[in-house]
Amino acid sequence: MAVYQLKTAKEPPVKERGVIYWIRKNLLSSTTNILLTILSLYIIYIIVPPLIKWAFIDANFTGHAKSDCGGDGACWVFIREKLKMFIYGFFPEQQLWRANLTLFLGFVTIVIAVIEKVPKSIKIASIVILPIAAIVLLSGGIFGLEYIETNKWGGLLLTLVIATVGIVLSFPIGVLLAMGRQSKLPIIKTLSVSYIELIRGVPLITVLFMASVVLPLFFPEGMDFDKLVRALIGITLFQAAYVAENIRGGFQAIPKGQYEAADALGLTYGQKMRLIILPQAIKVAIPNLVGTFISLFKDTSLVMIIGLFDLLTMVKLTANDRDWLGFDTEGYVFVALIYWAFNFTMSRYSKHLEKKLDTNNRD
Amino acid sequence: MTLLRDEKVRGILYQIITIVGFVLLVLYIAHNTSQNIEARGIKSGFEFLNHSSGFDITESPIPYTTKSTHWEVFKVGLLNTLIISFWGVLLTTILGLIIGVARLSPNWIISRLAATYIETFRNIPVLLQILFWYNVVLAAMPSVRQSYSFFDSVFLNQRGVFLPKPIFQDGSLYIGLALIVAVVIGWFVHKWAKKQHLESGKNYPVFWINLAILILLPTIVYIVTGKPIDFDYPALKGFNFVGGKTYTPEFLALLFALVIYTATFIAEAIRSGIEAVNKGQKEAAKSLGLTKMQSLKLVVLPQAIRIAIPPIISQYLNLIKNSSLAAAIGYPELVTVFAGTSLNVTGQALEIIAITMGTYLLISLIVSLILNWFNKKMKIKER
Repeated sequence: MAVYQLKTAKEPPVKERGVIYWIRKNLLSSTTNILLTILSLYIIYIIVPPLIKWAFIDANFTGHAKSDCGGDGACWVFIREKLKMFIYGFFPEQQLWRANLTLFLGFVTIVIAVIEKVPKSIKIASIVILPIAAIVLLSGGIFGLEYIETNKWGGLLLTLVIATVGIVLSFPIGVLLAMGRQSKLPIIKTLSVSYIELIRGVPLITVLFMASVVLPLFFPEGMDFDKLVRALIGITLFQAAYVAENIRGGFQAIPKGQYEAADALGLTYGQKMRLIILPQAIKVAIPNLVGTFISLFKDTSLVMIIGLFDLLTMVKLTANDRDWLGFDTEGYVFVALIYWAFNFTMSRYSKHLEKKLDTNNRD
Repeated sequence: MTLLRDEKVRGILYQIITIVGFVLLVLYIAHNTSQNIEARGIKSGFEFLNHSSGFDITESPIPYTTKSTHWEVFKVGLLNTLIISFWGVLLTTILGLIIGVARLSPNWIISRLAATYIETFRNIPVLLQILFWYNVVLAAMPSVRQSYSFFDSVFLNQRGVFLPKPIFQDGSLYIGLALIVAVVIGWFVHKWAKKQHLESGKNYPVFWINLAILILLPTIVYIVTGKPIDFDYPALKGFNFVGGKTYTPEFLALLFALVIYTATFIAEAIRSGIEAVNKGQKEAAKSLGLTKMQSLKLVVLPQAIRIAIPPIISQYLNLIKNSSLAAAIGYPELVTVFAGTSLNVTGQALEIIAITMGTYLLISLIVSLILNWFNKKMKIKER
């Protein structure tokens, strides 16, 4: 009996493999394709080399004063000298450890929130504690900490404070609004829908204007709000409407059987929501929620228009320094990089979550 | 007590509590507001709309002087908002379409280039982009005397872009009429060709025929009526350009930033729309013997558009709302002049913010009505 010997398969012909094949297939498959390749190489050629030349080759990295910056390149010395301004604003020099500790706590909270093995209760506790701890640490006035006025807070620190407080506070309000919108009670439903649609129909800047000029009129005289608190109220109220819409998307993704099963078990409305519906709805809504948080992070830059010193405002303030006139380009590029890094990380994380949740559903 | 066990009774009770709480809150706010307004000596009511504003506006599509009323300020602001929104929506659609198609191109380099563009600009706040264009790029333009000039009719300098302006003289009306007639003829050609196709299977180059009609007819009328459209060219007189149409740096910075930022979202919407079309649809089209172009035009795009249009329209809405960021650079749109300058002059924050919010709300409402109408129209009609 002839024994069949397994032969190793022949490699594909040279024309069908390797780098050359890849280039032929992906870049030069037709006349239009060749033209497109040439066009894109030209675009890269006019953008990338000048950019590298400006940012690295001709750039100045060493020195301490404007005179150390010469030539056509970027003056990164300016960024290094003003780094404290960009990160802390006018936060008092001797108290910087408090700002650093706050940033560190924020970092720890994110790590806790991202690691999957940590129990949910600890995650939620740390997310709730963070804003309180941050405000106590930064503002002081108790525990023997020196009081620091909010108009001294600035830069990246302020941007992160606004974003974090906005995210944490808007979440419960958003969940309540979404539940109101799903409610069978007509009055509660109408109020929720009107609020959500009203906020979603207007630009954030008008809400911020309202919070900064109209809100003080709504409260009895003498009850004066801090500028930062007003901005936080505006941003939270705005964000809550968008969170509500995300959660509503989660509600709609849950099969009707889940509601019915909860009812059949005799759970009350509160139990049904807390134990059955919300955990599932929020899980489905997470990728979209992250998307909304990215928008919020970008939108925090609007507080500049109502006169807070956030990260973006720092560009103008530092470039107006008489010793460092005319470096706004470097400032804008640096600040854009910071925003970009935060948002890009968040969007990648949301994509990762989406993939993970997707496979879970298929099991 | 047993009554409270009834779900309906409890529902009514909850609603009564809500409504009472809501009314009390409104009354409390109204009471405080009226007291505060009195204490601060602010006027109330909408009488201020008839008072003259006392300030000037740099760009106005309608006649405006410092004697004009706050109502005129509102109109100027709204018109400027609509102008920037119109150009923004138009240009961002074109750019978004190009980037979205490039993103899906089989050509690796161009697809990566598009992806880099999207990932870069969508992650940077649009306000930062507006300020960058305004304070860095456009501020670095040459002075008026050293303007960049294109064909001696378009000029670019610190004060903006200067373009030739068409002047319509007697007889221009006929050209407009010719254009309308051309569109009507084109529609009939399209209908006729479709009928022919259904009856005999013959195909006609409808697109090229219609393009020819659309270009030739108005051109012939233009020549026959003695070239009634003139152009007013900008010319350097003294310290600035005179004549032509001017676009200020504020307008350009806002437009560029909005277009570049929003296009990233439009491109993503188009990409996900095309990718969402079921693979089986393309395979079915192929097995029916349709060419690549036919498959795209008749099978893929009609389904992709249905998915892509709702997110695109909500991006248009975002663009309109983001145009309010002009407040940071002073382009005189609704928020800048009305919610900004008028508010500072009159101090009537409550009324002005309410009018501004109401206006945006109305715009949003109109856009979402269009969206709903579109969704209904495009819904797949199943037998």
